Formats: sequence, C-alpha cells, structure tokens
Amino acid sequence: MLLFYLFALVAVVASLLVVAQRNPVYSVLLLIASFGALSGLYVLLDAPFVAVTQIIVYAGAIMVLFLFVVMLLNAPHEDTEEDIERLRTLTGSSARLTAGPMVFGAVLAAAFAVELLWALSRGPLSISPGSEAGASVAQIGRVLFTEYKFAFEVTSILILVAMLGAVVLAQRERGPSTRRAGDE
Amino acid sequence: MPTLEHYLILSAILFSIGTAGVFVRRNLITILLSIEIMLNAVNLTFVAFGHALGNVDGQIIVFFVMTVAAAEAAVGLAIVIALFRHRASLNPEAFTVLKW
Amino acid sequence: MAQIGLLFFVFFMLLNSAAVMVYVERKVAALLQQRVGPYLVGPQGMLQPLADIVKLIFKEELRPVAADKWLFYLAPIISATAAFSAFAVVPFGAETTFFGLLDRPVKLQVADVNVAVLVIFAIASMSVYGIVLAGWSSNSKYSLLGGLRSSAQMISYELSYGLSLASVLVLGNSLSVTDIVNGQSGTWLGFIPRWYIFLQPLGFLIYLTAAVAETNRAPFDFPEAEQELVAGYHTEYSSMSFALFFLAEYINMVTVSAVATDLFLGGWHGPLLPASWGWIWFLVKVGALLFFYVWMRWTLPRYRYDQLMAFGWKVLLPLAVVNLLVTSAGVLYFGL
Repeated sequence: MLLFYLFALVAVVASLLVVAQRNPVYSVLLLIASFGALSGLYVLLDAPFVAVTQIIVYAGAIMVLFLFVVMLLNAPHEDTEEDIERLRTLTGSSARLTAGPMVFGAVLAAAFAVELLWALSRGPLSISPGSEAGASVAQIGRVLFTEYKFAFEVTSILILVAMLGAVVLAQRERGPSTRRAGDE
Repeated sequence: MPTLEHYLILSAILFSIGTAGVFVRRNLITILLSIEIMLNAVNLTFVAFGHALGNVDGQIIVFFVMTVAAAEAAVGLAIVIALFRHRASLNPEAFTVLKW
Repeated sequence: MAQIGLLFFVFFMLLNSAAVMVYVERKVAALLQQRVGPYLVGPQGMLQPLADIVKLIFKEELRPVAADKWLFYLAPIISATAAFSAFAVVPFGAETTFFGLLDRPVKLQVADVNVAVLVIFAIASMSVYGIVLAGWSSNSKYSLLGGLRSSAQMISYELSYGLSLASVLVLGNSLSVTDIVNGQSGTWLGFIPRWYIFLQPLGFLIYLTAAVAETNRAPFDFPEAEQELVAGYHTEYSSMSFALFFLAEYINMVTVSAVATDLFLGGWHGPLLPASWGWIWFLVKVGALLFFYVWMRWTLPRYRYDQLMAFGWKVLLPLAVVNLLVTSAGVLYFGL
C-alpha cells in the first residue's frame, strides 16, 4: 500500500510539473519520471511484461524521440520576449487569444475529476473476477496471436506507414541547392 | 491493499492533468507530451481492470495503445518539425493562416 | 538478509572490475603496441588504477558557466546508475555456499525476475539518456554533436541487439536468464557443450557487434573520437563526473559480456567443475570476452559515422531479422 501511494504521488507530481514547467527539456525528463512511476504501478498490478514494455517503448524510445526533437529545434521556452516578438511579426497582433481555452480546459479537467469521484463514492464496484489465469508472458503471447492476430497485423502496417510518413514529413525540401557535392 | 477504485481515481487525476495541459500550454511539444500523459492514464485504467477481471486482455490492449502512441508521437513530431521550419515558432497561435 | 549482502558484494565487485579493466586495457594496449605500459606503480604496474582513482578524486570539479546546472550533474548519475542496475538481474553462478563458508546456499543473482532479459534491454535503453543529456547540458558544440551522434548510434543498434536476444529467447523458451543458462547444461556427443553459440553463431556475432556499438567502444566509438570531437559528450566534464562516465562505460562492457556469457556461452556450466563452483567458469568466460573487447579496440580502425549508421540499419538489422526467422523455423522443424 505504501508503494502504491509512493508511485502514485510521483506520477501525479511529475505530471503536474510537466504541464507547469516552462523548459521543454525538463518537461520531457519529468515525463520520463512519471512513466517510471507508472511502470512501478504496473508491477504492483501483476503485469511485469507491461511494466518492462512501458520502459522500453515509452521511456526508452518515444521520449528519446521527443528529446531529440526538442534539442534539434532548440525549442524556445514559452512566453519569452522573443516568442512574443515573433508572434507579433507573424500574426500582426500579440493579443493573447488563449484565455478562453485555458479556462475551458481547467473547468473541463476539474469537472471530469469531480464526476469520477462522485461516481466512485456511490459504493464499491461490483466486478466479479473471471478465471484467474496466470498473466505470464506466455499467456499474453498466446492470446495475442490467436484472438488479436488481426489487430497485431494491422498494427504492424500502421507502424510502417507512420515510419514512412515521419520520414517524408520531416524531410528537407529537395532542390538543386541542397545537393551536396560528392553525392553518389 | 490498493483496490480498483484507487487505481481508477489515480487514472482520472492523471487524465485531467493531461487534458488541462493540452488546453493550457502554448508550446506544441508540451501539448504532445500532455497527450502522452492522457494515453498513459488510459493504459493504467486498462491494466487495472484487467487485473480486477482476472484476464490478460487488458494488458494486450495496452500493448496496442503503446504502439499506436509511438506511431502518433513519431508523426506528430515530424509535423512539428515541418511547422517549425516554416514559421520558426512552436506556439500554436502562430499558425493562423487558415483562420477566417 | 543474504540478498542485501549479495547486493553489496555485487556492487563492490563491479567497482573492482572497472578498476581491473582500466589496468587491463592499458597493459594489453601496451603489449599490442610492443611497449611496456604501466610499470612504476606496484608490481608490474598493478596499482595503477589506484593511482588513477586518487588523481581523479583530487582534481578540481569544473562546470561551464552556461551549462544547465541540474542536467550537467544528473547526466553522469544516470549513466552510472543504468550501468550498475543492469547487472542486478544477471546471474553469475548457480546456488553455492562459497566452499562451505555460508550455512545456506544463496542464489548468485541479485534479483531473480522472470522477465530478466527484457529488464536488461530496458535498462540498456535508459542509458541513452545519460549521454544525450551530457551532450545537451554542456552547452558546447563538441559535446552536443557527440551526444546526439552517440545516442542516435545507440538507439539504432538497440534494434539488432533486441532481435538477437529474441533469437535466444526462441531457443531458450523462457525470459528468465537463469532458465536459459540451465537450458545449456550438458553436452552433445559427450564433449561438445550445449551452448547456444553453436546453434546461433550468427546471432552471437550480431549480439557482439550490437553490444560493442551500444557501449560506444572499439570500432564504433566515433562519438568520443579523439581526433574529431575533442572528447565528444564528456568534453566539459572533469574529476568525479568524468570518472562516473568512465566507470559507466567499463561496467556496461562487463554487463554486456556477462549477458553474452549467460545467453550464448553457457553461463557457469563447464567441464571438470560442479555447478556450485561454476562462477569460476563464468569469470573465465567473461574475462575472455573482455579481452576480446580490448583487443578489438586497439586493433581495428574506427568507423566513419555514416558508415556506422549504414552498417547498423542496412546490414545488421536485416541479418538479425533473418537470423530470427531461421531460428524460429529451425525450432519448429527440429522441435528443439
């Protein structure tokens, strides 16, 4: 129980700081910390495979991608002088248009949390556990490749398409001036 | 012992934080990070219910959600790079060309 | 209680192994280059690592003014922590009582999780952060270039690393390293040991190549190329932070060699010794692999960066995929 509260506290605090932090590099690192805490929660939920996959895929690959992009773009901090200046040159006005969406977002988030707390306060959930089949990796593999094999195949095509899309979208525009001398 | 309700409340809190982040922040990368927080909250819900129901389907759906999140992060970041090349700004308010 | 003692023991031995590796590297390099190497400090220069450590402790700790203070000190901590943690799930012997000194046999593994292979892989992917953060936070162009190049190289070779691990998993039928090692006990025909390297020679070579690239060593150490990048991502570090990076590199080498020994070379099984003394064989095999590492570094010329990336994506990854397919087909057909 103590472990649950520890991990939950780390996850919530880290996520809050991700949203509140100005520096994008710190945001990415805090999100990695949050993923670590969630991975611990998955271990508490008897799901070691998901826990390790979370670290490998989310914290180890997706966040590295985010970090690369932040570093390559030299992502500016938000609300700095140059950001406001740039906005003025681009859109002709520096009027802050975001008061509305900010309030809407905050109200929506609060309403959602309140609603769930109310729903849960009405009594314990009546869920009857099914057969207690061991959640071993072998079991996961068995179910994945029999019941969900179509989704598995479609997901692999999805990743292929995403990879191609990312490469094409992030390409520099090809032109005669961008060819290096000595290209074969 | 943490019950199912504990995990669901935690997941709801994380989801709300992610939602607030998407609306409040004015940096494209932080918006994408908030979307990842939301996806993780949903993953936690799936695994918690899978544990409560005693079958393995929750973990399998989490596997697919992670894959889709990876694909979406890759394409989203490629779009962010392309946008940055045009306007040199990561502020979503800078991309107002299609506004009436 | 025994687990905590084992934990401290493993930690202490890893530190010692890093120190020994420093000496071995310099001595072997010297012998390969037909000179003598360290010979002043202690007999045959064996106290040289001690002198190095004392020197590093007494150096001044510098930090560039424009460097990001938190990340600058966090990066070597992440590197060293990931390096040490990966060894927590690697078994280095069967249950033993250390020649009867202990009253109860203790398993020579800090944590016996049944997804150990995935944990090793997960921690290997976390060690990328130490390098990329070191490059970024130093706020200097050599560091940033070195850091980005190194992390791109590491994540590219992680794929082949994972696929070669997957081929062993197909043979071993389990994700727990202890089970895989125990599946390699015994011999065929009485004298050929049942090591997976004989069933998976290509897999072993792919694993070694990917591991050398992962640890930024030998022909793949472009990110710290002395001639091009000053010292790459650890240019701006001095004293203990630099020592932590150094330590992390050597311990990564030891961990990767230990994993290769467990998965491909039969772990602690060997002729003439009973299983409870198997850690001796384990040390011999890991030592052989580490010698091979050092030998490669001082013999082969360095890869150019685009050659390195092309090799990783266009040669090693297809080979790893083919290896996995052939292994799976073989297991299905021969019923291994």
